[in-house]
Amino acid sequence: MSLLYPLVLSSALFGIGLYGVLARRNAVLMLLGVELMLNAVNLNLVAFDAWFADRMHTGQVLTLFAIALAAAEIGLGLAIVLALFRAVRTVDVDEVGR
Amino acid sequence: MTATEVVFVALSVLAVGSALLAMTSRRLVHSALWLVVTLGAVAGCFVLMTAEFIAWVQVLVYVGAVVVLVIFALMLTRQGEGTTAEVTANRWTAALLGLVAAVGLGATTIAGFGGERIEGRRIGTAASIGDALFTDWVLPFEILSAVLLAALVGAIVLSRSGSDR
Repeated sequence: MSLLYPLVLSSALFGIGLYGVLARRNAVLMLLGVELMLNAVNLNLVAFDAWFADRMHTGQVLTLFAIALAAAEIGLGLAIVLALFRAVRTVDVDEVGR
Repeated sequence: MTATEVVFVALSVLAVGSALLAMTSRRLVHSALWLVVTLGAVAGCFVLMTAEFIAWVQVLVYVGAVVVLVIFALMLTRQGEGTTAEVTANRWTAALLGLVAAVGLGATTIAGFGGERIEGRRIGTAASIGDALFTDWVLPFEILSAVLLAALVGAIVLSRSGSDR
């Protein structure tokens, strides 16, 4: 399989995730955009691991670490969003900024 | 084009389309459910790139845990109907930046790795990944467990601190 397919898919997902982070007003959906960007990075890591084929499986092990860190990030992020909701009764990032 | 590439392109179209729907949908729960489709399609892409163990971890952690957590958060932070527009006023700037990022990254990788091919010489089975993880990567693995514990404690503290006031 050509290496370009996963790389182009990863670029597209990263761009869509960046749009989500910048454009959505709901804080939970901003976090979803971050998850999408992290998934694009994981796709890149796995693609280069399959291409490079080293003994240590560097890319795939790093993908496992990135998935675990993403889970930690979403857990903490949603706890912060819930604390924000309790404090100001909204998760709209425009309203909170005012 | 081989059969693998045909399936990969189909999964890519599915992933990009559902990601666009997830990031533009006006119904919040629909966004989370479209993200399930995206993450599942990416898991299929992992299988096609011989990373079967990563694909199952992706299904378990992302589709199983993260999306359920997000849906819980959406339910808990539910607001009145029609109170807010779903996108900010600078959505066109955001769309432009996202497009620039995607095109820039895509052009860079096409220029750098245009002719390379994935041969699939080392299959990422659970046995081989576990072997690498517990011989060469033990120290980062242990540090990661401490990070996860810290995140867990932090999430509990953040969730409890508001409720006893």
